[in-house]
Amino acid sequence: MRCDLEQAGSKEWGGYRLVAVLELTNISKHFGAIQAVNDVSLSIEPGQVVGLMGDNGAGKSTLVKMIAGNFHPSHGIMRMDGKELLLNKPAEARQHGIEIVHQDLALCNNLTAAANVYLGRELRRGIGPFRILDYAAMYKRAGKLFAELKSETRPRDLVKQMSGGQRQAVAIARTMLSQAKIVLMDEPTAAISVRQVAEVLNLIRHLRDQGIAVVLISHRMPDVFDVADRVIVMRRGRKVADKTIASSSPEEVTGLITGAIEQVS
Amino acid sequence: MAVTLDQTIAQKQHSFLSRLFSTQTFWVVIAVILACIFLSFATDAFATSKNLYNITRNITFVAIVALGMTFVIITGGIDLSVGSVLCLSSMVLAVTMHAGYSIEIGILASIATALAIGAFNGTLIAYLGFPPFVVTLGMLSIARSLAMVASNNTVVFQFGPDHDKLLALGGGAWLFGIANPVLYMILLALITGFILRWTKFGRHIFAIGGNEHAATLTGVPVKQIKVAVYMISALSAGIAGIIQTGWLGAVTTNLGNGMELQVIAATVIGGADLAGGVGTAFGAIVGAALIEVIRNSLGLLGINAFWQGVFIGGAILLAVLFDRIRNFRRSD
Repeated sequence: MRCDLEQAGSKEWGGYRLVAVLELTNISKHFGAIQAVNDVSLSIEPGQVVGLMGDNGAGKSTLVKMIAGNFHPSHGIMRMDGKELLLNKPAEARQHGIEIVHQDLALCNNLTAAANVYLGRELRRGIGPFRILDYAAMYKRAGKLFAELKSETRPRDLVKQMSGGQRQAVAIARTMLSQAKIVLMDEPTAAISVRQVAEVLNLIRHLRDQGIAVVLISHRMPDVFDVADRVIVMRRGRKVADKTIASSSPEEVTGLITGAIEQVS
Repeated sequence: MAVTLDQTIAQKQHSFLSRLFSTQTFWVVIAVILACIFLSFATDAFATSKNLYNITRNITFVAIVALGMTFVIITGGIDLSVGSVLCLSSMVLAVTMHAGYSIEIGILASIATALAIGAFNGTLIAYLGFPPFVVTLGMLSIARSLAMVASNNTVVFQFGPDHDKLLALGGGAWLFGIANPVLYMILLALITGFILRWTKFGRHIFAIGGNEHAATLTGVPVKQIKVAVYMISALSAGIAGIIQTGWLGAVTTNLGNGMELQVIAATVIGGADLAGGVGTAFGAIVGAALIEVIRNSLGLLGINAFWQGVFIGGAILLAVLFDRIRNFRRSD
């Protein structure tokens, strides 16, 4: 089923309901007396871009950290491709195809774009214990990833010299190395120029076109309405809305975030 | 003609020459060469084989330790204990051999001591979060004190049955009349350069110096690598100590006193950045060479030796100034 979807490479896969790539059922998380996330259920389908919105302290970070394997849920079940998902650390999430683009991008300025893409997963060649870094292969593959992302990013350039959009491309290319099924992006457009925002939104569309689900955590209403298929709004640890973009509006979402609108189904 | 995306991605931004000219190491090499040419004409004593033999050999002790220090500095750390570790390693070697053990056992004991100290430094820094400056400052004091305890603060100059072997190891010239220490230095520099450029470990060292948090998030074993670099630094001090013992033929508890500053100066002059993320094996050697050439030339030119510090300090500031100017231009 999933294979067919991946090959399809677009969103035109008929009217039938898809198997969710990630499904959360009645997830709660409390830290002592503080209820950070309260009984949240949601499902995310392949190739879908979901905007996750909410004010500071609404619980979206905690929710994302549970998906990323940083925290255990206090209650509830997470499923990936229908199978229950138990994560003890971020590395395990990555093994399951859950990739994160951190807000600070986690890039090393002193290394090249290719070195950053492959950081921690360097390609090597050689025999047995005598193995050296395979620069050529890493440059080549990183170049291909940038081409797929339609980003003018050169694998040999130092990240230090790059624009905000190119830096995003490097961080996103990193998630594409493995067979990522879902990419969590934490405020990717928070600190970059307007022109670069368009670049980043395009990167997100290219991920989606490859059948990868994207969860976009953002404060910026225009970005979410531009790129997302669905918007989920959280307030005080609860999910207060989960709607298609077409059936919602920035005004409604603002109302939901602030609490002017209580909840919509 | 329109440039396609693929062409842009495949393009190299800088040619080999422009990259070469933009490195601090390159300009330090030029400075060393110019100084040598100048000294050959200005003095009769410089370009003699005896003087060149001395210079190259004198470079090696600082250079070998600077190679190890380069690993630490690239991760953004610092190791102030190298001078004392060099002394302690020498003393362990000397005392072991003096007690009648073979040179192999002496070297083994000496290396083991250095590695243990490096592991101790690294563990406190990586796992307990101590600042490198503080840990290694403490070790600077501890290691020298241990050397005094080991020798009862005497000079050791008799190395038991393998006495002559040790002296040949450090003082000989086994290949083309090149002093042995120089051969060891070249070998170690090649190994260091290889590790930094071609291994995953080397790549991770640069990553830690560039952005430790990012390295952790991407699954680089940051703590283990940090322990390893302090062990390498101590090991290089230990190796330099063994060679120096063989060359001098005697060990005092004064050996390597203040050496950490020369070593750090050599790495910085050679282009390493104390903030981490930048450094090369070649730079460490070149930095050590510049310091030694300055020192040698002052003597030959008949300038009072008290001026030495001014010139070496000036070289450090000039080298870093150069780097600053390039950074200003880039950020414009």
